Amino acid sequence: MSINTEATPYCEDVIKKFTLAAIFWGVVGFLAGDFIALQLAFPVLNLDLEWTSFGRLRPVHTSAVIFAFGGNVLFSTSLYIVQRTSRASLFGGSGLGGFIFWNFQALIVVAALSYVLGFSQGQEYAEPEWWIDLWLTVIWVAYLIAFAGTIMKRKEPHIYVANWFFFAMILTIAMLHLGNNLAVPAAFFGGSWMKSYNVFGGVQNAMTQWWYGHNAVGFFLTAGFLGIMYYFVPKRAERPVYSYRLSIVHFWALIFLYIWAGPHHLHYTALPDWAQTLGMTFSVMLWMPSWGGMINGLMTLSGAWDKLRTDPVMRFLVSSVAFYGMSTFEGPMMSIKAVNSLSHYTDWGIGHVHSGALGWVAFVSFGALYYLVPKLWGRKELYSLKLVGVHFWIATVGIVFYITAMWISGIMQGLMWRAYDSLGFLQYSFIETVEAMRPYYMIRALGGFLFVLGSLVMVYNVYKTIKGDVADEAMAPAAGAAR
Amino acid sequence: MFKHHAKLETNIFFLAVGILLTIVVGGLVEVVPLFSIESTIEKVDGVRPYSPLEQKGRDIYIREGCYNCHSQMIRPFKDEVERYGHYSLAAESKYDHPFQWGSKRTGPDLARVGGKYTDDWQVRHLVNPRDVVPGSIMPGYKHLLRPLDYSDVAADLKALRVVGVPYTDAQIANAKKDLEEQVFGDPAAKPAVAASYPKAHIGSASGKDKVTEMDALVAYLQVLGTMVDFSTVKPEAIRR
Repeated sequence: MSINTEATPYCEDVIKKFTLAAIFWGVVGFLAGDFIALQLAFPVLNLDLEWTSFGRLRPVHTSAVIFAFGGNVLFSTSLYIVQRTSRASLFGGSGLGGFIFWNFQALIVVAALSYVLGFSQGQEYAEPEWWIDLWLTVIWVAYLIAFAGTIMKRKEPHIYVANWFFFAMILTIAMLHLGNNLAVPAAFFGGSWMKSYNVFGGVQNAMTQWWYGHNAVGFFLTAGFLGIMYYFVPKRAERPVYSYRLSIVHFWALIFLYIWAGPHHLHYTALPDWAQTLGMTFSVMLWMPSWGGMINGLMTLSGAWDKLRTDPVMRFLVSSVAFYGMSTFEGPMMSIKAVNSLSHYTDWGIGHVHSGALGWVAFVSFGALYYLVPKLWGRKELYSLKLVGVHFWIATVGIVFYITAMWISGIMQGLMWRAYDSLGFLQYSFIETVEAMRPYYMIRALGGFLFVLGSLVMVYNVYKTIKGDVADEAMAPAAGAAR
Repeated sequence: MFKHHAKLETNIFFLAVGILLTIVVGGLVEVVPLFSIESTIEKVDGVRPYSPLEQKGRDIYIREGCYNCHSQMIRPFKDEVERYGHYSLAAESKYDHPFQWGSKRTGPDLARVGGKYTDDWQVRHLVNPRDVVPGSIMPGYKHLLRPLDYSDVAADLKALRVVGVPYTDAQIANAKKDLEEQVFGDPAAKPAVAASYPKAHIGSASGKDKVTEMDALVAYLQVLGTMVDFSTVKPEAIRR
């Protein structure tokens, strides 16, 4: 066995494509999000057209950021990492990689068009109609083959920890996708090809939907992105992962506990109490393995904390783990029934999702993308580390605006709904509570705008890096020295 | 313990089996009993499959993504019961494929919106919400005034029957007729659709000479939460 890594020709053209697609869909998804945020502050922006109403565009936003941006980031990073850590080139090569890439991009476009044109299964984060689901299944199986095939031809005896997380993500998402999208198409009975009915209804459908929905968060947006953390944080910090034992314990605990957490989306509903209580209990327990991951990520910085000051890419990676820790504390807290009775149905949930999605998922993605781009295009470093710092601060201020606005509006609306006046009547009509949200919806849209702006700084920086330019800046030598 | 972990992390098949065994448990424990425990769905009278017009309206509700802003699930809290009505029962959504309980109330809960407003209010509100509720942030849906395509409504009911909604052969055979009759029938004359689908809301909401998407959506909204007669339901009899 040779230790000369240059002996392995890694398949990188497909990684490059996924990287660029991730950046592209990221900007599209953030823009869509900010647009629908503005619609809530200024309803005239619904334009009175059926294709541009909030109800049809919101799935475009959620699918674009979760599956198009997040998905391309996962394809890009996982297929990069699995080759490096296995010291093997991609199984199936550019052929299989290209098949996954082009089918996935085409699927994104078709799914988004279908929402805008009014075709939907009507379940959150699972809106695509049945044949689009089947198409995604084919792509996912191809991904499983490429990923697992690369591991099987590895030259390293051990499967690296990041790959456990990616592998668990791939297998679990397959199970969830198939389980939640079991539907009978109307086309089988001479009806529309764009309409189907889920085999589950009512309370059982509610449970399967949130079994799926919460674990799309737990596996797609958490386990997958922990895989990213486990490669890029140690790489960029040039330190080994803090604890091997902690990674084993928190990996198995995380994937075991997450699956149970779904019912916390259904507190006080017609779902039986025993299921709600189970969901709450496991959600609270989930706090521990989540923080196990955070500790393993943060403590990897031991002895390299100065890089936070000198390396803005490291700043993205470390802040993402800090946001992960915050969200995974807030989540278990909100899953406690008494807290949930106030927070559920309000903007607090939206704020919670975005502290995770923007602070954790997007930030760890930006860190990984900033690491990958110079590596993939053979540049020494990014065009400008200073611009990475600019992106970091604009985006961070944007997130702070976003989540504080949603905390205030969410808690305020929850309290207004349950407020009684001195005569014992409900104090506020529903519309009064909607009107009270307006300033916060504006602040949220401003926060979102800053986040979009930051992503455009990234686009410029990546473009200049690929072009081969190097900015003349005072910060570069210091950062260079720290690297 | 940790030295045995090497077996899992050096063999992808062991790792796959380990992961699969770990992730199926929670779902099995939480989902399967919902099908087998009888008390999951309360035994109350009145819940029936949606009429063809209501089902078409429900499809429009899903098409427009109403669930992104409106829940259909009243929680058993004093303020919610006073604001919206009796808390929701599992039985009331047992024929909902998919369920539309929702997760966000940017607008109010709709589980019992049926009968709260007139057809005329519903149409004006859907065309331009700010005409009747000045502070509303809801989009306008004037495109719903176009004719409804219901050529395939029988196929929809057949698909729903496969997933467990108990439509009879007669109901499927009469789907189109029932749909038209629910819009243009005379409520005083007790049309057949009212016998087949008790409490179906008869009448043309939009007042057009063809069945419109608006008629279907309003018929759906007007039946929401009205099927169970809570004046006769005893809470202790339905309690789980």
